[in-house]
Amino acid sequence: MSALGLRAALVSIALFAAFLAVWQIATRGSGAATGMSPEYAKLMGATATQGKSAMPGPAEVGAQLWEHLRRPFYDNGPNDKGLGIQLGYSIARVGTGYLIAVLVAIPLGFLIGMSPLISRALDPFIQILKPISPLAWMPLALYTIKDSGLSAIFVIFICSVWPMLLNTAFGVASVRKEWINVARTLEVGTVRRAFTVILPAAAPTILTGMRISIGIAWLVIVAAEMLVGGTGIGYFVWNEWNNLSISNVIVAILLIGLVGMLLDQILARCARAVTFPE
Amino acid sequence: MSTFDDPFDPDRVLSRSACVCGRHHSAAEHEQALALRCEQTSSEEKRYEGVVASAVMRAVFPQDAARRAFLRSVGASTALAALSQFFPLKTATEAFAEASPEKKDLKVGFIPITCATPIIMAAPLGFYAKHGLNVEVVKTAGWAVIRDKTINKEYDASHMLAPMPIAISLGLGAQPIPFAVPAIENINGQGITLALKHKDRRDPKDWKGMKFAIPFDYSMHNYLLRYYLAEHGLDPDTDVQLRSVPPPEMVANLRADNIDGFLAPDNICQRAIYDGVGFLHILSKEIWDGHPCCSFAASREFITTSPNSFAALTRAIVDATAHASKAENRKQIAEAIAPANYINAPVTVLEQVLTGTYADGLGGIKTDAKRVDFDPFPWQSFAVWMLTQMKRWGQIKGDVDYRAVAEQVYLATDTGKVMAEMGLAPPSSSYKSFSVMGRSFDPDKPEDYLSGFKIRKAS
Repeated sequence: MSALGLRAALVSIALFAAFLAVWQIATRGSGAATGMSPEYAKLMGATATQGKSAMPGPAEVGAQLWEHLRRPFYDNGPNDKGLGIQLGYSIARVGTGYLIAVLVAIPLGFLIGMSPLISRALDPFIQILKPISPLAWMPLALYTIKDSGLSAIFVIFICSVWPMLLNTAFGVASVRKEWINVARTLEVGTVRRAFTVILPAAAPTILTGMRISIGIAWLVIVAAEMLVGGTGIGYFVWNEWNNLSISNVIVAILLIGLVGMLLDQILARCARAVTFPE
Repeated sequence: MSTFDDPFDPDRVLSRSACVCGRHHSAAEHEQALALRCEQTSSEEKRYEGVVASAVMRAVFPQDAARRAFLRSVGASTALAALSQFFPLKTATEAFAEASPEKKDLKVGFIPITCATPIIMAAPLGFYAKHGLNVEVVKTAGWAVIRDKTINKEYDASHMLAPMPIAISLGLGAQPIPFAVPAIENINGQGITLALKHKDRRDPKDWKGMKFAIPFDYSMHNYLLRYYLAEHGLDPDTDVQLRSVPPPEMVANLRADNIDGFLAPDNICQRAIYDGVGFLHILSKEIWDGHPCCSFAASREFITTSPNSFAALTRAIVDATAHASKAENRKQIAEAIAPANYINAPVTVLEQVLTGTYADGLGGIKTDAKRVDFDPFPWQSFAVWMLTQMKRWGQIKGDVDYRAVAEQVYLATDTGKVMAEMGLAPPSSSYKSFSVMGRSFDPDKPEDYLSGFKIRKAS
């Protein structure tokens, strides 16, 4: 097994090296421009004078990444903060929106799962609201909430609520009839039944929904912050894009992926903790 | 020379008999100097001191002749010493400079382009602090966002395109909310940039079918590009494609060949040249020299609820604009606003825009000190012109009361007062005629001007 793991790691490293090599070759410059007067060249950028590729190479991105990792928490005023601070803002927004979504989706999902009547009654609304792109809510949120920070949180809430709601409802509805019947014969009350029988039984499905939700929330926050600006990793991407600083954008993309993976892993751990063998 | 350079100069006339502003010896001279340029005395304190001292001198010697005789006989320094004996000039100056603002911590939104120079630089160079304010300038993603955030009161005041406050007040593209413009940010400072492949197609008549980007529908950029194309016989609605594109994406789109060119605010034009993807076809200055570009805007509500804060803001902006209008300050400004906290652009690019010595993208270096200039006075005739163009291109349907709208949104009188208090010389009228591509515009006859255009949207 460990031999397989070693071989897989070697293949991963080889793939990565190949990727870096292709990247390096693809972003080679086209050679310095000729026949440009030195005064003119002084006014121009490296792309125009030295034929440097507009796309940064791996070394450049690496240096930029190192620069950011060396001082992740600097604060040069409201529009220029370190990557650590920006990620912190984004995670806080996602956390808040996500938490509200959990508080709404899980009780509501229980209700839908336990009552066929409510399930039928709410179904048309859920079906219509679910496929709406969360960013489509943004103008409406800005207009009604009148606060861009809260609007971003609202957008996170609205995008992460559906997978949790549907998964909770599904998990609750598909708890094995035998278990519920056993509870009934033992004359367990509704509330107690919900917490001691249905919740543990439905927990794996609920957590799957939560895991899907956190993934979506992290995808959406970047786009939302690019729209409303101010703080957050999405704003950082936008700000660097403004300066056409592609290497910074790549660094941000890398970190967004990393944090997204971490969030997903945390939820995966939780999911493993509540699974049970049947 | 500024209004009250030195009230202790015996040759100066302080009374208002000579001309309306008191700066010139005759009304004719005043008219001649009407083309406004804000200039400063050596320091702000000096200027305030001058204003206060001249007020005191006027009170002590109501007769101008008596004051001059007095000064001639005793000399200015003795007079100053004598005056400050019984009148605390220093304290009065300080009191004059500070009318305590209702709200000290303000948020001002801006878009990262050189048009916002006065708004931005007022933070690192301390103009807000000097007027008793603690202002946080917040970079914003786009014009629609800055509009919404200002309407939602997340920002107390904002950098806006000059036509935007008019559009907001009229309810075009948003709910009608009364906005006002106490100061124009910059004049000139835009340009038409074309992709390098078009370097031999310099005649606009050959531009049929091309795709151009503009930053926003309610922008001088839109109106000037449409005007320019129409004057060359192209209908901007049918012969070319105009797209609203956020400025940073313009350069990327030009590189990707999605657009053929753009009329953009600077530093974007220069950035396209710097990155070797485009060249400067013309500066917007060649369409209309001295046209307004961006403005400093606030809602009427903010002005009525916090009049002192608003006045202090206006003073800070006028002050910063006056500082920016001086060529010798431009290099320092470029360095102050280039960091990531502000515009976030290479210093070389900003320097080329602000100093006016720039690479044109075709291998030449050009010099034009007025490529971008700064002049705070919100001429109401600018607003009237914008309204004619809004009507021309179908943004406004039906009749419009040009003067009423212009006077409601562009606060020429108030700004003139602030400028006079600060020792600057505002023009005496808030309307002036000008000419755009050789077509003269008379603010008294906007409808005639409008009916003179052959190419316009059929209404």
